[in-house]
Amino acid sequence: MSNTHKDYAGAKLGMWLFLFTEVLLFGGMFVLYAAYLHEYRADFHVGGKQLDVVIGTLNTVVLLFSSFAIAAAITFIQQGKKKLAVNFTYLTIACAGIFVINKTIEWRAKFHHGIWPDSPHLREMSHGENIFFGLYFLMTGLHAVHVIIGAILLSVMVWFMKKDVINQQDFVKLENAGLYWHIVDLIWIFLFPLFYLVL
Amino acid sequence: MSSNSLSFWEDSGNGRTGIMAWLTTTDHKRIGLMYMYVILAMFIAGLCLGLAIRLELIAPGRTIMDAQTYNTVFTLHGVIMIFIVVIPSIPAAIGNLVLPIQLGAEDVAFPRLNLFSWYLYIGGTILALVSLFTGGGAPDTGWTFYVPFSEFTTTNVSVAVIAVFILGFSSILTGLNFITTIHRLRAPGMTWTKIPLFTWSLYATGWIQVLATPVLGITVLLIFAERVLGVGLFDPNKGGDPILYQHLFWIYSHPAVYIMILPAMGVVSDIIPVFARKPIFGYKTIAFSSLMIAFAGSLVWAHHMFTSGMSDTAVLIFSLLTFVVAIPSAIKVFNWTATLYKGSITVDPPLLYALGFIFLFSVGGLTGLILGSAGTDIHVHDTYFVVSHFHYVIFGGTGFGMFAAAHYWLPKYYGRMYNKTVAKVAFYILFIGFNLLYFPLFIIGLEGMPRRYYDYLPQYQEGHVISTVGSWILAVGVIIMLVNLIRGFTKGEKLKGRNPWGAATLEWTIPTPPPLLNFDKEPDTSRKPYDFQGVTPDE
Repeated sequence: MSNTHKDYAGAKLGMWLFLFTEVLLFGGMFVLYAAYLHEYRADFHVGGKQLDVVIGTLNTVVLLFSSFAIAAAITFIQQGKKKLAVNFTYLTIACAGIFVINKTIEWRAKFHHGIWPDSPHLREMSHGENIFFGLYFLMTGLHAVHVIIGAILLSVMVWFMKKDVINQQDFVKLENAGLYWHIVDLIWIFLFPLFYLVL
Repeated sequence: MSSNSLSFWEDSGNGRTGIMAWLTTTDHKRIGLMYMYVILAMFIAGLCLGLAIRLELIAPGRTIMDAQTYNTVFTLHGVIMIFIVVIPSIPAAIGNLVLPIQLGAEDVAFPRLNLFSWYLYIGGTILALVSLFTGGGAPDTGWTFYVPFSEFTTTNVSVAVIAVFILGFSSILTGLNFITTIHRLRAPGMTWTKIPLFTWSLYATGWIQVLATPVLGITVLLIFAERVLGVGLFDPNKGGDPILYQHLFWIYSHPAVYIMILPAMGVVSDIIPVFARKPIFGYKTIAFSSLMIAFAGSLVWAHHMFTSGMSDTAVLIFSLLTFVVAIPSAIKVFNWTATLYKGSITVDPPLLYALGFIFLFSVGGLTGLILGSAGTDIHVHDTYFVVSHFHYVIFGGTGFGMFAAAHYWLPKYYGRMYNKTVAKVAFYILFIGFNLLYFPLFIIGLEGMPRRYYDYLPQYQEGHVISTVGSWILAVGVIIMLVNLIRGFTKGEKLKGRNPWGAATLEWTIPTPPPLLNFDKEPDTSRKPYDFQGVTPDE
């Protein structure tokens, strides 16, 4: 086809617009959080104390490091060091794996205590705690889905780098995937204090 | 630029032929037409459902269907018309056909993403149809999916809301694509103040699609989660608040009516000057008012909820903001009439439909102010007054805008002209049928006829009978119009020239029908979009 063209700025603009939609998708949930925190302040406090701050902090560190790793990968591809770029992308994917494993451990502990959406134990607790844990599962769950999507996206980028679709001259795909990964990280940066720290 | 003389009908650009050439195409014109065919089919389906509702309401009590069927029929009418027909109608179908050419571009910024949007649209449409025939039967919640009923009804709401999520995603990607195209692919010399107003309106629409639709996405996902997991976020028995659902729903769904109406306003802004042979009055104000509507329209959602339980302060603020939106809308109407003033007017079918838009939209807009002021809204809330207002804006506005766009642009793409006399006759029948159908509903609404009810008191019957008869006249008008268009585009007279209406925007400077890459020579961006000096019709 003669009408293929490369537009670096256009590709970036499109990605940023998409990131806006991600922010607004989570924005709806943050609105619910704000409204219910206002209504059930004391119950949210009780609920927040039951979350595992250690795992939460660990996951925050893992995600922050992963954001560094993908940023490094983008810098390496710009410098033409493809091997390093691939390895740092692998490192990012590994961080995603660690995050999901930690999340699973955390959720399993909650299930063990009889806390899952609509569980008999949760129904006996106060309305506010039910809403708190409902939001906890839905918001961190939706975020975990994004972590998994991000990991899949980065795996595709590794494949692209190996196929030389992404290289020193044309790296906007990796850059956009990196942007997506940063938004996943950034959303967690808001979720973490809201659930684990401020309550 | 290729000097290819083949049109996009003959040159698929992907080396394939037949149906596969269409299903794998990344050509914006083919994708636009594929949207249009599906929208047309679903429009006819939605129209039949609407006619069934009207027939049921011709007399009190049971006429042709039972109450549960009636609930599912009006839900389907709403879901199909809103999410599958009206939202994609002008942006996705006409926008795809016209926008890149108006900018002097060969295609949209992300052609493959454009095709992907179409597949998402088809996937969502199929899933919506699947929800009718599987599970516990077709949804019966109304198109708003209000909680708590939508969480507990045994009908197939779960599948329907996922369909809405997918359709929303398709809409987001189309908006994103158009915004990027307008920013990045304007031909050299195509400055922001030379962009035709139709494309300007799609720019404002694109921003609403990108910024508002995700909120609908999360809202319908939450309904799905509630139905599957039973978290209770909107269930008062578990501590949830149903009003919050209404807020989230309308944060999207009110801006969504501007997704529906803004492109139609763009169509009218492009058509009026061509048939008045005069530059548009107040180009910059019209372009800016589109952005104003997009912005202010995002801040008025709670005017749907004046009776739902809100503080008086909130009611006052949302009422005020609603009145603010009327200003940019009125600016447009005044600018259109000012353009017509002392113009050299030719009453061709596109202008007739555009004038129909102005009249019907004005009725819809002004009655919207009655609904927007908190005091009167309490009286007419959830009555047929709302139904009538809504149909005047969306059918009288977007619907007639779409018809105008079809009569204006499609001859260019099919290379054939329809019968103009029949098109005018169809318009008058449509216009009379439309007002007979919806105007009586204002009156019975003011008298207290509640919307969505299956049955009613005998005192409302007169209005319902007139309305139902109007629906038949409207249907006749639609059929005549569509048959005339389809006959015209398959067997009508071939267009020899490039510019049948004598318009000055870029899409009329290229061959008819357009070649694959749109332009046979560099687009000439020196002319302003509504400068008709030296431009003559060339059929």
